[in-house]
Amino acid sequence: MSDFVYFFTFQDASIAFVVIGITLLGIGSAYVGTYSFLDKKALLGDAISHAVLPGICLGFMLAGEKNPIYIVTGAFLSGALATFLTSWLKSNTRLSDDAIIASILSIFFGFGVVLLTVIQKSGNPEMAGLNQFIFGNAIAILEEDLYIYGGLAVLIIITLSAFRKEFSMLVFNADFGKSIGYPMGAIRLIFNVLMILAVVIGIQAIGVVLMAALLIAPGAAARFWTDKLGKLLLIAGAFSAVSGIMGTFVSFVIPQMPTGPWVVVFLSLFAFISFLFAPKKGVLSRFIARRYYLKKTNQDHILKAIFHGTEKGQSSFPIEEIYQSFPYKKRETKQTIDDLIKSNLLTNNQGFIDFTTKGKSEAKRIVRLHRLWELYLNEYMNIAPDHVHDSAEKLEHILTPELEALLENRLNFPKLDPHQETIPRDNDEL
Amino acid sequence: MSFDQNAFLIILTASIISISCGLLGVFMMLRKMSMTGDAISHAVLPGIVIGFFVSGSQRGLEVIIGAGLLGILATLIINWLKNKAKVQLDASIGITFTLLFAVGIILINMLAYKVDLDQECVLYGEIAYLPIDLWITKAGFSMGPRITYLAVLNLVLVSIFIFLLYKELTLTSFDENFGLVIGLPAGAINLALMSMVSYTTVSSFEAVGAILVVALLVVPPATAFLWTKKLTSLIKLTCTLGIFIAIAGYYMAYLVDSSIAGMMVAVAGVVFLGSALVKSIKPNLLFGTSTSIEPLEN
Repeated sequence: MSDFVYFFTFQDASIAFVVIGITLLGIGSAYVGTYSFLDKKALLGDAISHAVLPGICLGFMLAGEKNPIYIVTGAFLSGALATFLTSWLKSNTRLSDDAIIASILSIFFGFGVVLLTVIQKSGNPEMAGLNQFIFGNAIAILEEDLYIYGGLAVLIIITLSAFRKEFSMLVFNADFGKSIGYPMGAIRLIFNVLMILAVVIGIQAIGVVLMAALLIAPGAAARFWTDKLGKLLLIAGAFSAVSGIMGTFVSFVIPQMPTGPWVVVFLSLFAFISFLFAPKKGVLSRFIARRYYLKKTNQDHILKAIFHGTEKGQSSFPIEEIYQSFPYKKRETKQTIDDLIKSNLLTNNQGFIDFTTKGKSEAKRIVRLHRLWELYLNEYMNIAPDHVHDSAEKLEHILTPELEALLENRLNFPKLDPHQETIPRDNDEL
Repeated sequence: MSFDQNAFLIILTASIISISCGLLGVFMMLRKMSMTGDAISHAVLPGIVIGFFVSGSQRGLEVIIGAGLLGILATLIINWLKNKAKVQLDASIGITFTLLFAVGIILINMLAYKVDLDQECVLYGEIAYLPIDLWITKAGFSMGPRITYLAVLNLVLVSIFIFLLYKELTLTSFDENFGLVIGLPAGAINLALMSMVSYTTVSSFEAVGAILVVALLVVPPATAFLWTKKLTSLIKLTCTLGIFIAIAGYYMAYLVDSSIAGMMVAVAGVVFLGSALVKSIKPNLLFGTSTSIEPLEN
């Protein structure tokens, strides 16, 4: 607990720096990553983040120490080379996207490993700092690193916000942008540069292997909560910043823990919570919505069946007869009838089912919608009367009262449907 | 150069590993699942660590079982995210493997004193120490390097798998729907292939490291794909490339004194990029009306 207080009150200036740094870079990479996620190029980020390793090593070899400027430049150049090669291979060979990305990723990483082992054997004492780039160590961010990494992160955030229109055009409809005269090639180039920069500044804290998560997961998680780009970016940034701070805290409390894996674990936690429990799009809410819809369809069908019986002049409905009209579904039908009785639409009088007033008007509404829709298809779409039933069978559960009113108006309150059956209304005596 | 037994053993093992990986990689590439292979090779890490912890040694069957289970789990999570949660495929792959790999690294750090496994071994492998790591029977008789036996066993199993399921694998790789229509269990075949990939990853991971296995899975088939259009010659070329990479990689690494596995991948990369340069679709300057060639679907 005292660790918690010590960490979050920022008594230690270096902790404050680390937290500012990880927040900025988290937001920066979440912004870039969200765009590339929307562009369906999420794994390109993975390729770039593996591909910066040789650049880091070369930068280190040239500088002879862990100099942030050399390392950032080296990482940027090798990331750029990987991005260029990916698009060159895509347009010049018949290899599929995933084979290209996986090849570039592993080739660059392999080359990086070669350089890393060469440095290791050279016995440079600064070598220990280099291993941090593989799994990340946010605690090791120093004040002078912060100015470079933080500055680049701010640059990314500002560029993406200032040119939001251009970048959204790039990911949603690049051809449209081209046709109205925007230089889409240049915009894509700038976007790729920003993406490489985001990876380059992220590796210090997260590490090359796991950097992909910081690009992909925030956008994917935030996509479940909203359909608006502005909100999407904000939510993604928030997820990323919070997991960054939590991951840093864990590696502060347990010193030998690298930061990267913990940030990824927290980020994935947010992502899986979003996938499961997000309203509307989450697995759970879609499951509930589906159950609700199925229940409503079943109820509608039973009400309709009883109403059709009433139309033919049948006056009493034994429950067994209803079961028989839905063969092999006795248990389901019983459950549905129980539900209908509970919501006061049907009554069960010693095994004989009958409408309540409310139930009758509900049944009429469903049959009315069905027949109105059949008539509409027949009159306005010129579809033959024997082809309209299936569509009406689906839409009778969905049509809203507003649509019903519109249909009634358009068809001028008709009496008969295309099959010459009466369209029931509430004030009929049936 | 005189015959060096250690060099021979290392090259032999490396060739065997790259052939097993290449054989599976061909089918992964044809199914456009190269990135899934990448994901699996990252995702088996927690399984390996838990297996190490349970069995207390690297030789335990638990390691292979643990990794196999994790590989299948990763495939299932990716499919679940894609089909049930409606996350787009690239993002489901990215989220799954980073999470599992992160868990693996955390486990290694938590069990640092109980498990003889470090982050570097995971990354680069230790094929250079192969001649020292001997399989010694209970009677104290040395049978030769342990990893070589593992690699041979792996190659035999992979070959049997592909030999038995060659027709099914080919069919479902090119036209999964047709396979389903004529009654092949395409889902089960897919899962079986993924299990083989996980098993190969584990078996090779001590030698070449978890990440470089991906390179051996992906790069030789991709290179061969640039040169040929026939499946049989694709497989043959992949195997040849695997052997070439092992030999050239070993001597290059010897020359600059670096990681052998890393150098094998670097050699593979050079061959791949060179092939791409040679076989690239050149703009036809002489015949102005020609259209660019569309990439093949399979």
